Amino acid sequence: MATPTTTFGSASPVTGSRSFLARLREGDEIARLVTFLFAATVVLITILLVYELWVNSVLPRHKFGFHFFVTSVWDPIMDEYGALPFIYGTLVTSAVALIIAVPLGIGAAIFLAELAPPRTSDTLQFFIDLLAAVPSVIYGLLGVFIIVPLMRTVIAPTLIKTLGFLPIFKGPSYGVGFFTAGIVMAIMVIPYIISVSREVLLSVPRDQREAALALGSTRWESTWQVVVPFAKTGIMGSIFLAMARALGETMAVTMVIGNSPKIAASLFAPGYSIAAVIANEFTEATGDMYLQSLVYLGLVLFLLTFLLNGMARLLILATTQKGSKVAA
Amino acid sequence: MNNARLKWRKFVSNFMLTMTGLCALVSVSALFFILGYLLFNGGTSINWAFFTQLPKPVGETGGGMANAIVGSGKLLLAASAFGVPIGFLGGVYLAEFSGGFVASIVRYSADLLNGVPSIVIGIFAYSMVVLPFKHFSTLAGAFALGLMMIPITLRSTEEFLKAVPKNLREGAMALGASKSKTISSVIVPAAYRGILTAILLALARVAGETAPLLFTAFGNRFWTNGWTTPTASLPVMIYTYAVSPYEDWHRQAWAAGLVLLGLILIINILARTILSRGIAVPRS
Repeated sequence: MATPTTTFGSASPVTGSRSFLARLREGDEIARLVTFLFAATVVLITILLVYELWVNSVLPRHKFGFHFFVTSVWDPIMDEYGALPFIYGTLVTSAVALIIAVPLGIGAAIFLAELAPPRTSDTLQFFIDLLAAVPSVIYGLLGVFIIVPLMRTVIAPTLIKTLGFLPIFKGPSYGVGFFTAGIVMAIMVIPYIISVSREVLLSVPRDQREAALALGSTRWESTWQVVVPFAKTGIMGSIFLAMARALGETMAVTMVIGNSPKIAASLFAPGYSIAAVIANEFTEATGDMYLQSLVYLGLVLFLLTFLLNGMARLLILATTQKGSKVAA
Repeated sequence: MNNARLKWRKFVSNFMLTMTGLCALVSVSALFFILGYLLFNGGTSINWAFFTQLPKPVGETGGGMANAIVGSGKLLLAASAFGVPIGFLGGVYLAEFSGGFVASIVRYSADLLNGVPSIVIGIFAYSMVVLPFKHFSTLAGAFALGLMMIPITLRSTEEFLKAVPKNLREGAMALGASKSKTISSVIVPAAYRGILTAILLALARVAGETAPLLFTAFGNRFWTNGWTTPTASLPVMIYTYAVSPYEDWHRQAWAAGLVLLGLILIINILARTILSRGIAVPRS
């Protein structure tokens, strides 16, 4: 790659005018080569990661095929593996988390972007950034000792008494379960929704708001009927991003979901998630089929987050570019 | 009639705006709840032994997590030694040397890597380092954590280098400096606050990572010698102790949680003050 022609059209056109030898003597070509090698390492690592996941999950892919995703037997002794309970648990907990986090996060983002004075908004955003920095295991710790007892003694009994006719709120609560995991996850993904949505809302051009206000709309009407629709795709992007985070979330979920590979309609029932089963069983997995089934689950998780992150990036990019185009 | 409608619209407006304020309040207060609980529960259980003693055998009360604190330090040191050079120099390449196509591939890979769930990073580190060496080690854990530092360092280095004003670059070149000289003595120094912030934030992020350590660094109830044996770390200790049935271990989990969170928040705040004080680089 250290050919002189490739430097044309790069950040600085000044280099192009010097001879290759001069640049070699001054160390430019060496610097270029060295930094290129490090940049190439990043690409190499990423390819290697996908390759390792693919190669190390060959046994279950061949033996079970598509059945892996639709059977719910997880039996290391008989060497039979089906991932349905884990996929179900991951999806249910993520859904609960998003149902709680999306309205809260978007509401807070609207407040930060539209209402709060810039100083207040920046201060609150600083706290939100700190919240995003709290590690997963700390959420798990608080989940185990605060939310789980609270769920068993207060939240679940109240919900069963008032909404107990719904199948999702039936049955006894042990404190741990889908619902608890969903709540903990919700608190964890809220900062992501707020930060990205706020950014996107702030990129909406000013005249959009002013036009709505000039036409006689109230503050809320201008926000909800003009600004939010303008930023809609970007906000969707923030939700996808949050979903990707939620799917891959490991420690906090492992600590409060109950770790039992069952599919239950009740949100109070204990369950399991993809990330949690990998965390719990990877070191104990004996036999190639067992270990590779766990790697296979990791591959599934990787592909899911890959798709969601990709979509999120496209949506966020589309909105912020729309904003700068209208403003220009 | 019209008046009533206007009143209603104004009421809806005020009501909904108050609700958004409430949402913001609830979200931010989560941070203070977390801090408050940890300060209360951790503060009452932290003591000198926590920092100086090894864990006691199962069933005995007392003891500390000295080995986990040192273990975490070693893991972070090695992770930085692995992740920061790749991220930093890769970022220099993206900002200064690269044309369009190669850069977009590197950027894309970094973004992809950034989105990989930490548990999957753990699986990768397991198959790359643990399997060939045939046992868990500090190095394997550091490899996993370092991987997670790369994308953050890389993308922020690129961003901050690109934000350096063009006239600085042109000034150096006009004085006859070579490109590598310009980068090393003008551009990087101008952007160093931003880059340092990014590295600190990356460090804070991986300091609390637990999932990738479970089957790479594993755990250890004793001191670790060297880099090729399993090691204890604060996050894994918190996990193990929190899900254990012992009362005294719960107490120590809270203490460890307080220490870990305190450390992470301090690094975060430090990083942000470095960035906000006297920026040489205008933020684009």
